[in-house]
Amino acid sequence: MAMNEPILDVAGLNVRFDTPKGEFHAVKDVSFRMCREKLAIVGESGSGKTQTGRAILGLTQGRVSAERLRFHDIDLLGLDAGGWRGIRGRRISMVMQDPKYSLNPVMSIGDQLVEAGRHGRSPEKARGMALDMLAAVKIRDPLRVFRAWPHELSGGMGQRAMIAMMLMAEPELLIADEPTSALDVTVRLQVLAILDDLVKTRDMGLIFISHDLNLVRTFCDRVLIMYGGRVVEERAARDLQSATHPYTRGLLACAPEIDRPVPRLATLQRDSAWAEVTP
Amino acid sequence: MLSAAMRDWLLSDTPHSRWQARAGRLYLGWLAFARNPLALLGLLILLLLIVMAIFAPWIAPHNPLFGALEDRLLPPSGEFLLGTDEQGRDIFSRIVYGARTTLYIVCLVAITAAPVGLIIGATAGYVGGWVETVLMRLTDAFLAFPKLILALAFAAALGAGLENAVLAIALTAWPPYARIARAETLSVRNSDYMAAARMTGAGPARILFGHIMPMCVPSLVVRVSLDMAGIILIAAGLGFLGLGVAPPQPEWGSMVSEGRAQILEQWWICTYPGIAICIVSLGFNLIGDGLRDVLDPRGA
Amino acid sequence: MISIQDLTVRFGEVRQQVTAVDGVSLDVAAGESFGLVGESGSGKSTILRAVAGLIDNWTGAISVDGRPVTRRRDRAFYRLVQMVFQDPFGSLHPKHTIDRILSEPLIVHRIADIENRVRAALDQVQLGARFRFRYPHQLSGGQRQRVAIARALILGPRLILLDEPTSALDVSIQAEILNLLSDIRQQSGVTYLLVSHDLGVVAHMCDRFAVMRQGKVVEVATRGDLATGSLSHAYSRQLLLASRGYDRAVIDAFADE
Repeated sequence: MAMNEPILDVAGLNVRFDTPKGEFHAVKDVSFRMCREKLAIVGESGSGKTQTGRAILGLTQGRVSAERLRFHDIDLLGLDAGGWRGIRGRRISMVMQDPKYSLNPVMSIGDQLVEAGRHGRSPEKARGMALDMLAAVKIRDPLRVFRAWPHELSGGMGQRAMIAMMLMAEPELLIADEPTSALDVTVRLQVLAILDDLVKTRDMGLIFISHDLNLVRTFCDRVLIMYGGRVVEERAARDLQSATHPYTRGLLACAPEIDRPVPRLATLQRDSAWAEVTP
Repeated sequence: MLSAAMRDWLLSDTPHSRWQARAGRLYLGWLAFARNPLALLGLLILLLLIVMAIFAPWIAPHNPLFGALEDRLLPPSGEFLLGTDEQGRDIFSRIVYGARTTLYIVCLVAITAAPVGLIIGATAGYVGGWVETVLMRLTDAFLAFPKLILALAFAAALGAGLENAVLAIALTAWPPYARIARAETLSVRNSDYMAAARMTGAGPARILFGHIMPMCVPSLVVRVSLDMAGIILIAAGLGFLGLGVAPPQPEWGSMVSEGRAQILEQWWICTYPGIAICIVSLGFNLIGDGLRDVLDPRGA
Repeated sequence: MISIQDLTVRFGEVRQQVTAVDGVSLDVAAGESFGLVGESGSGKSTILRAVAGLIDNWTGAISVDGRPVTRRRDRAFYRLVQMVFQDPFGSLHPKHTIDRILSEPLIVHRIADIENRVRAALDQVQLGARFRFRYPHQLSGGQRQRVAIARALILGPRLILLDEPTSALDVSIQAEILNLLSDIRQQSGVTYLLVSHDLGVVAHMCDRFAVMRQGKVVEVATRGDLATGSLSHAYSRQLLLASRGYDRAVIDAFADE
């Protein structure tokens, strides 16, 4: 399959919530296409980045509408429950922020991995694959982790096991929602290196949802910057320094930098127009 | 119902006084409560009970204490709405006056048992150590007995009478409240805002009363209102067994008891007070459920 | 301002005891802003809690403003030392208005003129009087952290312990809070002891800082050392590299967890 063929095509995606105070428009007219690359969706809390990721998998509580939401040639908008079963966790997987809430506490790690990779495989084959996957996420003693319970693992280990589980089905697209925010900085980079290698070796697409512009700049290929439910700017990650949108520039400027200490940090002057939909 | 200006004042994001902030919070709670029609029904039942108790002399058509012997055991009619009992007393009037007894018991138990449980439980949870061991084992000892049996034992030891019945019920009602208060206390004790309270230099009494108890109150209120039905039933049970209110004072439980000999021939004597007990218990349960949705979203 | 000698904190029962802080000694001068940086479990927050008197199972010596502190702190101690917590959603009592949160320390210390002091404190953190009678749930994370700072300031302390004061906030809000903290130090000459996992924050806020790992201080360095990259300990250098962002080439060299 060609590298530059789009695997996900999103056009005019909207997510709306009904609240007691009226309708809340969480995601406004978001459009993007992605190939087998590392695409970042960056924004602050309330920017709609998480809801965008969830809407792709049909996991949001809100009302989703879109002009187009296609995964390869499958229309995700028209899928029924059976159709979703063939997609979720098989062709598109999702990694959440905190492994504590995503791993089943009463199942051993090995059982959960085997469960995730069971369909169409014999139990022995799934078991062998689970051990391979644990090795692939750089766990030094896969057998020990295979037999371990979720509460016995540290945060970094738990997140690696979580990623291994998501990979059991060999998805073509992985949506990772702040997968490393709960981790210490060195462990975080190790987990990112695993994701990076997987994208390269398994020809997988990665949507990386994060609040950390600095991290995304060095990790991803392309960046969507969201504010108030809108994508305000889209850029190649290496060109992020030359971003033009005032929000992106503001975000870049207000993070303290180690190498260039300043007496006062720049602050962000928000403009309500950034969140408005342009006709 | 409310004027727009009033509502804006209550729902303001920027209250101008303590009083407005508190009123706004209460109003939001009321809005959530009022969304539940069953809870409103419960509230209506409680209001009817209160109205009945206050205006009993005007509502009751006959004397509740003394009847005429020629009116004995009459079935429900225009004159005696719900019939009369063995001594010719109007059942409807007795039920109306009985509302006073029921409310009296319920209120007294609530204002004695709940604070006792709250103070014991919160103190045990906050202080810990041997204080906690002693207080909680005492609580467990009380919890180990069936409520009605324990209340019976107390009532029998203290002698019949309304005050003693209340005391007996209160003595059996506080242990669950102590356990709830302790559990809530343990869950907030190590939070940052408790650490912040200690960092102000506040003493244990101030932290206990000002910071910990407000966190225990919502789940206690819910539990107390759900327990009300049980308290009414225990009071009725004591009355039924002759350990409650002294005759001829009307009390729903003892009314059921008095009618039990004629339950097949003169069914109205015990049926109507029984229905009254049922309705009021149900009302308190509905209120408790509604309050739980408002005060304790975890349970929903 | 604060001197810590051989501080050791152990948690748990004798059999499976965990040493959270292991023989740490530090000296922070009056008016200085000193950082404690490290990963989770390095013991940095535990040091703050021992200084604040929130835990009492420590050994060693701590003295604040030249006076040794005991396990039990008297009320006067809290006029000298205050703390800002990490989680602005957890450090304000959910059933107290901002007014009560700010008045409470004044009432405890029997300080008169509550009305004006509460107003002044709100002004100092740039919130203004309209926030005074709100409840914490009506405030954003950044506004709550401002309230927490106002509460720490209201007794006029000379040492403020900052426990990851911005790690729960968005980066644009973090900038505002850090600027506010800088302004306060400039105006009042208060001493900061700041705990953070973020080297960028520490580099911005602190003149000197200690790098901690597994309960021990591995290195004390200055802001200048950080900017020029002249850190002496391998772990500090790894932390610095990791803070610069993702670089596939350097990660394989990391010492594992």
